[in-house]
Amino acid sequence: MSREKEEVGYMTSMSRPVKGCAGDTGEWRVFRPVKNDDKCNRCLLCWVYCPEACLTKEALEIDYQYCKGCGICAVECPTGAIEMVKEEKR
Amino acid sequence: MVSFKDLPEEELFLAGSTACQGCPSSLALRMAFKALGKDTILLVVASCTSVLQGSYPLSAINLPLMNVAFATGGASASGVSAAVKALVKRGELAEEPNVLVWAGDGGTYDIGIQSLSGAAERETDFIYVCYNNEMYSNTGTQRSGATPLGAWTTTTPGGKAQHRKDIAQIMIAHRIPYVATVSLAYPLDFYQKMLKAKEIRGTKYIEMLAPCPPGWKFPSAQMIAVSRMAVQSGMWLLYEHEDGETRFTAATKRILEGKVKKRPVKDYLEIQGRFRQILSSPEGQQAEDMLEKEVSESIRRLQGWVPEYI
Ligand SMILES: Cc1ncc(C[n+]2csc(CCOP(=O)(O)OP(=O)(O)O)c2C)c(N)n1
Ligand code: SF4
Ligand code: SF4
Ligand code: SF4
Ligand SMILES: [Mg+2]
Repeated sequence: MSREKEEVGYMTSMSRPVKGCAGDTGEWRVFRPVKNDDKCNRCLLCWVYCPEACLTKEALEIDYQYCKGCGICAVECPTGAIEMVKEEKR
Repeated sequence: MVSFKDLPEEELFLAGSTACQGCPSSLALRMAFKALGKDTILLVVASCTSVLQGSYPLSAINLPLMNVAFATGGASASGVSAAVKALVKRGELAEEPNVLVWAGDGGTYDIGIQSLSGAAERETDFIYVCYNNEMYSNTGTQRSGATPLGAWTTTTPGGKAQHRKDIAQIMIAHRIPYVATVSLAYPLDFYQKMLKAKEIRGTKYIEMLAPCPPGWKFPSAQMIAVSRMAVQSGMWLLYEHEDGETRFTAATKRILEGKVKKRPVKDYLEIQGRFRQILSSPEGQQAEDMLEKEVSESIRRLQGWVPEYI
């Protein structure tokens, strides 16, 4: 028993952190946020409010692989730079 | 003054989780992790957060995390906090990490209150965050002690007949060093309160209103707007309590200073489906009046109001 512990270490069920633990959650989207960079004043509100951490802070790029299309960024954007566009049937 | 530019870029809550679209708990975790950083041990009490973190063997949370039983937030933190201090004493850990409990309102107001109360009375060194979505959402939207008067849940089909309790006041009565309420619509206020909690030794209680799109029946895109209206209508008051004093913060402070006008509670009720039953019933007006009264009583209590009959 004690030898086993030395060989294997403590045994417990343990999860590992990964992006996309629920798969490509971008597939859940019905509407896609599309950003118009000409209207963007870089206030960072979309980055702050995204519940899914799908925007980068520097480039403010949307990660469509995981963006769930909740629409919060579009509603909260003060300049109307983000529009929700219906996804094509996949 | 902290600005959005000061928030760390690193994400410890990883994209592609099992949370619903627009989940308030996932955004709150993201913001809390930005304030507390990587040196944090997270204890998740049975709730939606047990599920939205992903399922074995994958996780959306890049921190040491332990899932603990429903009633045991305070007790589990007591054990982990003691273990961490022992490891530092023995020289096996250089510094004490933050011990953070994350629990829902069911796990706090109802089933977890004795465990939390015990940990607070023992002056356990940890941060307790209650994300309050005012119902048991993980098991399908049942009422809790945090559900407001008039709100629909599956166990209050005609609207809840009782008022919610004020657990932050119960925590203040424990004489712990820090109690604060936060809102997702005021992220810098939230961030600064988390930073403060991190520096204080002893029990810190932070409670966040967590508007849940499927449970409260509003579109996910409105999650921040509903959070904001809760504060603007007084249904969620922002303050912190330290050294025996309560200080109002953010929009609540501006309302009480007379700089902006408080919105009627009705404006908040109308943007959610869970108050539709009560608003369209003959008792609708009465429920609205009772909630307005609840708001003004809560404000007066926080301001140190003493009833005249004493
Ligand atoms: C002792 C015990 N009773 C019941 C449950 C089932 N259960 C799991 S989560 C949950 C609801 C939790 O509600 P809340 O704390 O408000 O968190 P939310 O689901 O709303 O995020 C319940 C009843 C459990 N896990 N343990
Ligand atoms: S919220 Fe709008 S204006 Fe602000 S950074 Fe995002 S896209 Fe730009
Ligand atoms: S739609 Fe929602 S998930 Fe997608 S980027 Fe905007 S806020 Fe994030
Ligand atoms: S039911 Fe509500 S709290 Fe639970 S994961 Fe969904 S949005 Fe989040
Ligand atoms: Mg809940």
